[in-house]
Amino acid sequence: MRPSTHRSPRAQAAAAPAVANAKLVVASAEFLLSMVETRWSARNGDNSTMESGLRAQQELERIEQQIAKLEAVTPDEGTRHQIEELHARVHALREQVSAHLGAWEKTELARHPQRPHTLDYVERIFTDWSEIHGDRGFGDDPAMVCGMARFHGEQVVVLGTQKERDMKQKVYRNFGLPNPEGYRKALRVMKIAEKFSRPIFTFVDVTGANPGVGAEERGQAEAIARNLREMARLRVPIITAITGEGGSGGALAIAVADRVLMMENAIYSVISPEGCASIMWRDAAKKELAAQALRITASDLSELGCIDDIVPEPEGGAHVDHEAAAALLDAALSKHFAELRKLPSGELVASRYNKFRHMAQFLRVEP
Amino acid sequence: MKAILADRFQLQNYPITQLLNFMAWFKRQAGELDTSGEKKVRTEGLWVKCDDCRQIIWKKDLEENLNVCPKCDKHFRIDARARLAQLLDDNLYEVFDSNLVSTDPLKFVDLKAYSSRLKRAQADTGLKDAVINARGKLNGRPVIVSAMEYAFIGGSMGAVVGEAITRAIEQATDTKAPIIIVSASGGARMMEGVISLMQLAKISAALARLDEAKIPYISVLTDPTTGGVTASFAMLGDLNIAEPGALIGFAGPRVIEQTIRQKLPQGFQRSEFLLEHGMLDAVVPRKQLKPYIARALEFMAA
Ligand SMILES: [Zn+2]
Repeated sequence: MRPSTHRSPRAQAAAAPAVANAKLVVASAEFLLSMVETRWSARNGDNSTMESGLRAQQELERIEQQIAKLEAVTPDEGTRHQIEELHARVHALREQVSAHLGAWEKTELARHPQRPHTLDYVERIFTDWSEIHGDRGFGDDPAMVCGMARFHGEQVVVLGTQKERDMKQKVYRNFGLPNPEGYRKALRVMKIAEKFSRPIFTFVDVTGANPGVGAEERGQAEAIARNLREMARLRVPIITAITGEGGSGGALAIAVADRVLMMENAIYSVISPEGCASIMWRDAAKKELAAQALRITASDLSELGCIDDIVPEPEGGAHVDHEAAAALLDAALSKHFAELRKLPSGELVASRYNKFRHMAQFLRVEP
Repeated sequence: MKAILADRFQLQNYPITQLLNFMAWFKRQAGELDTSGEKKVRTEGLWVKCDDCRQIIWKKDLEENLNVCPKCDKHFRIDARARLAQLLDDNLYEVFDSNLVSTDPLKFVDLKAYSSRLKRAQADTGLKDAVINARGKLNGRPVIVSAMEYAFIGGSMGAVVGEAITRAIEQATDTKAPIIIVSASGGARMMEGVISLMQLAKISAALARLDEAKIPYISVLTDPTTGGVTASFAMLGDLNIAEPGALIGFAGPRVIEQTIRQKLPQGFQRSEFLLEHGMLDAVVPRKQLKPYIARALEFMAA
């Protein structure tokens, strides 16, 4: 996939009279790139790798911006050739870097503030979205969004945890951390889906447990537990996408699905790397080590047999290009949805049960 | 010291995790590293001091009182075997699925290797992991009991605990025997990462089948029951009952305190607090536990 370029109008204006400078810019981009290449290949398998990967990515982004400026003016044949070469080198290095992204770097990508959130995907993948509020018991939880929608024309239910970007919205959504009423609303809506034989799509992007007094008072543990049990026997297809952070029980509470997909740079873990570091290493600063040890990346989860598929992201990550990220996710959802629709509901429940029954059985029987 | 270490083992050649392991090993040699954050009953021979009322109790008195302080009714933590002895008739029962062992799927190493933590816990408790499954009788009625062992890595749940409890539930479903699960756990076992998280789904799915078969399930929550154990089977009983004063919650109290930057009120996340908020069916003192369960099974069983 070609990287999306960052061609701002201002950059174009600034570059317009600079044809003469083109060669200079190419030379400087080339120099920067070779620096990044050298540093990347010189890294050795120690701790510092974890930082250099993300920094390399950032620098590559900057170099691409420079190249984009050049493209805005019409360069001569030789320069164009050089630009193409630069593109190819950036592309190759990007692939290499992303193949070596450590678990902590993925954690940072999974939490990237510009990463698409649930409603960003809903807007791009579904039509006729109509939100359903409230748990009919205590309140409405804005951290969990639920509703009716159409998926390629088909009536479905969509729900997921919702993070935000600006401060006021973040507070309104409680930073995407559901309260018990959020999980209860989700279950209520899933039961509506079951009653009317509509498939369920869930989107997971949640840091973890809600460390609030109210969440404990109103029984977040019970709410999560109930969801786990009830989802296991819902008689309609369920597809889950872990789009960002799959944080412990709060994530699983809407992820007992026939198909669990994970975005390439998403993480799924029993505890946050910081939490694990402060408990096991007694030092939150050991988060990189903890992230690595916990095995939380999509490829880890796939190897451990805990997810069904990995959804590729645009080069550089989903935050670089929301449209492309949504298109890739749409394609994966469509594929799995088509497979699930063929199963009669009895078989669906049985195969979901069997999947979770035999998952994660890392044990041996001693005589 | 450091120089000598570096010299002898050429430490610069080791990756960081192994290095940390080395350091931990040396610390352990020196007897400095104490990872057991657990509250222990302080024993001075035949006498025990109660943490709550600070009274000195004769150990024999305490044991005769089912490890409940005769002065202030504090419920001391007891191990899984003591649970089974208390709940099952004549302390007679048959243990099953006691030979399942973790394969350390992540090869997890923090300050210690998980594999060595496992070995130590196995040596300390005589168990392979943090739960005992037993078949026995409760007031003459055949039942299945899964009792968690807090002394085994904080009663944490990894693949073995998850599988053992699932098998106990399946056996209850197949034999139509009521099941009682006694929880005592810090939650999911971090050293098995997402493997331990998936046990929540597995056990809860098995409980859905048990529920459909209309087999009674009594969940007994004891001190402490937190994290993923609370957020799965411990809260899914037909009745969820707790011993007095047990810590029960999902998020840990320290994490909550750090987040809200306030001290939590006395009794927060204790059994009585949960009862008040409608999260428990009853708080039952240890002495009444067996009669209470017997009464409930009488009501539920065909
Ligand atoms: Zn006392």
